[in-house]
Amino acid sequence: MSMLTTLQISSSAMNAQMVRMNTTASNLANMDVVGSSEAEAYKAKKPIFKTVMETYTNNDFQASVSVSGIHVTERANSKRYDPQNPAANGDGYVFMSNVNSIEEMVDMTNASRSYQTNVEVMNATKKMMMSTLQLGR
Amino acid sequence: MSILQNPLGIHGTALQLREQRTAVLASNIANVDTPNFKARDLDFSSVMAATEINNMRTSNSRHFSIGAGQALAGEGMVKYRMPNSASVDGNTVEISTENALFTENSMRYQATTTFLNQRIKGIMSALRGE
Repeated sequence: MSMLTTLQISSSAMNAQMVRMNTTASNLANMDVVGSSEAEAYKAKKPIFKTVMETYTNNDFQASVSVSGIHVTERANSKRYDPQNPAANGDGYVFMSNVNSIEEMVDMTNASRSYQTNVEVMNATKKMMMSTLQLGR
Repeated sequence: MSILQNPLGIHGTALQLREQRTAVLASNIANVDTPNFKARDLDFSSVMAATEINNMRTSNSRHFSIGAGQALAGEGMVKYRMPNSASVDGNTVEISTENALFTENSMRYQATTTFLNQRIKGIMSALRGE
């Protein structure tokens, strides 16, 4: 029955990578959002991955993955002098988001590659299941 | 004689082990981005030693061993994989290694199902006596 568990493990990883893709997309979408204070400005978010042990004995091991939370990055927001901006504070500064676009692009590529790998694992497992089901035909 | 006592031979056990190893390798691949995850693998030689059918011996130094062909450490059948280069976040999954081993494992699984099919065909034709 561990074949069905394999499918479940791969789908949990695909879910986790999808959450990562979504946070990356949100970060990139909000990259140019400005705020009038540091607390109001956008801060990049990162998912936290955690291993979920399905079975773990000396003789068997199955572990899926889950997103245990979303981490809000603490890197300081840079400020820009822009007195014309309606969001500018008393001194004429607006606070930019702390999103690093290069970091986000790397994250996105990584997430989509991991997603693809898990799709391939699922396909291979399906093929193996089918060949077992057709034994003796 | 033996084909009647144990019609499928070693292949039934082998198929189960391959299936188990698929889950282990899929777990490694799923946790490729999880910090502090340690990659594991089934140690095939110790697994084979633990099964009842243990007649795979090498009689020449040039015979292939049935080991995983990869450095493993730990007790029991499931062992930790020794990474070629450990990453900073404590994760020891190397996706290229895992991919290669997963493909190898599924090829061997397919080979075992082929063997099983041949066995079943052989038994069927013996039963029919045509």
